[in-house]
Amino acid sequence: MTSLPPPSAKKLGLVIDLDTCVGCQACATSCKEWNTQGYSAPLNDVNAYGSDPSGTWLNRIHGYEVKEEGQAQSRIVNFPRSCLHCEEPACVTVCPTGASYKRAEDGIVLVNPETCIGCKLCSWACPYGAREYDQADGVMKKCTLCVDRIYNENFEPEDRQPACVKACPTGARHFGDLGDATSKVSQLVAERGGYDLLPQMGYKPVNKYLPPRARRDATNTAPESLPKPDGSAFDRLFQWADKVLSAKKSPARAAEIDHSGKLEG
Amino acid sequence: MHPAYSVILFTTASGAGYGLLALLGLVGISHGQASSLGFGLTCMVIALGLITVGLLSSTFHLGHPERAWRALSQWRSSWLSREGVAAVLTYIPAVLFGLIWSGLVEAPQFITPLGAITAVMALVTVVCTAKIYSTLATIRAWHNGLTVPVYLAFALATGACLLATLTAVFGNFPAFLVYFACACLVAVIAVKLAYWHAIDTAPRDRTIEQATGLGSLGRVSQWEVPHTSENYVQKEMGYAVARKHAAKLRRLVILLLAVALLLMVSALLLPYAALLSAAVALFAAAVERWLFFAEAQHVVTLFYGAKAA
Repeated sequence: MTSLPPPSAKKLGLVIDLDTCVGCQACATSCKEWNTQGYSAPLNDVNAYGSDPSGTWLNRIHGYEVKEEGQAQSRIVNFPRSCLHCEEPACVTVCPTGASYKRAEDGIVLVNPETCIGCKLCSWACPYGAREYDQADGVMKKCTLCVDRIYNENFEPEDRQPACVKACPTGARHFGDLGDATSKVSQLVAERGGYDLLPQMGYKPVNKYLPPRARRDATNTAPESLPKPDGSAFDRLFQWADKVLSAKKSPARAAEIDHSGKLEG
Repeated sequence: MHPAYSVILFTTASGAGYGLLALLGLVGISHGQASSLGFGLTCMVIALGLITVGLLSSTFHLGHPERAWRALSQWRSSWLSREGVAAVLTYIPAVLFGLIWSGLVEAPQFITPLGAITAVMALVTVVCTAKIYSTLATIRAWHNGLTVPVYLAFALATGACLLATLTAVFGNFPAFLVYFACACLVAVIAVKLAYWHAIDTAPRDRTIEQATGLGSLGRVSQWEVPHTSENYVQKEMGYAVARKHAAKLRRLVILLLAVALLLMVSALLLPYAALLSAAVALFAAAVERWLFFAEAQHVVTLFYGAKAA
């Protein structure tokens, strides 16, 4: 059934901390590793070792440059992007076969690889680019929130988490019930001002993003500016050394240096 | 949006087929039985043939065409499913109408009700096709009130040109049909121009800052894509080949439709000009459909560095 179930009390999802994410791709690789052998496996690649490789990944890590007002240097924000397990997922309602569905019990959005016809309409309906078509299997693939890990009783309780969350070396990914206001993830969202992506689209994503914190570093200076001399003997020594070392090179030597520079460039 | 060539063929061919089928239903209501068995059967075979070729070609772009029957199940929520159901259901009154209208089966009292049902179902199917696109909030160029009229206008215009051609070939060419086809062609030009005006003037008010939620920090631009070569999302949703030629292709569509209109007018003197008019109108519809896909910008392009969508 691609009609949506009544809203579930339990809303499993991820909270992603853009402040601590270092863009190491560990979540993406562990996702690929787990999901190429679990539910809806394999996650196929095409021409993986050739000149134009492509493949199906359920998690992609973007990098954005943010030019902040009054800051000389811009800031890089690493930005993992995967299915947000929306409460109003149009990817589910457009599905003509019922292969795409939202689970009534915990809100996870899944694709049944046995009944998907590979029409791709669900990927058109998703504003977040969360769904990727598997060319080799002819069906759509997406984040399963590691549904085959989180309820897996063969695992120790601490391992019943999505592979990406377990792999993150900086603790930038958190998994939990966002429908429960007292859960750790809900409290984290409340504390840090977690937000939805493209809320005006009305898809009501469950996953939340925690904004980068205000900058605490001292990078708000022009690059290569030097400390002002304080007039001490040492300072005068360094100024003298700077002057000697900055003396004009002989034309022959300058040409040699230019030449080597060109070789490098 | 990447145009799947099978989808362009499908919407153009089946659009013309449904347009022709709807008009044949109206012809049955107003004129009763077809003027000859040959004319009736040829009309029905061409209409249902175009529809069937279109429907079959639409399954070519599926990953699993053998599972296509499953697409009939989710009509409660999915316009794609509704389109499939409407397309299959339309065959029932259409085939019955065709048998009776052409004179193969003698039951003239059923021509009017079956003609009416066939015409309505044919147009409902075209509306379902258009609704698949117009209900996608992720694509601004499609998510507007003119997508459905554009699909209907193209279906009726190409269908009317085909009907004029068939009557010309069978030598029972009424001038009224030329006027009707011309009116449809004028309507299609007007609706398409209005559509282009609407998508050009709609505010592109979704930004990369909103998509990433980083706008409160400052201006956002793409620094690094998450992969070393294009992925599915970029290939499917980031297609821009025809977009850079959009202005030229738009002029081409209007020029072709104007040529089809002139040919249709000249069919008053030379009935066979209707055939050329139909061919040119169908070509215009195919180019328009390509452009319809290629001009559509998907909101996901914001995550890949587009400033606004």
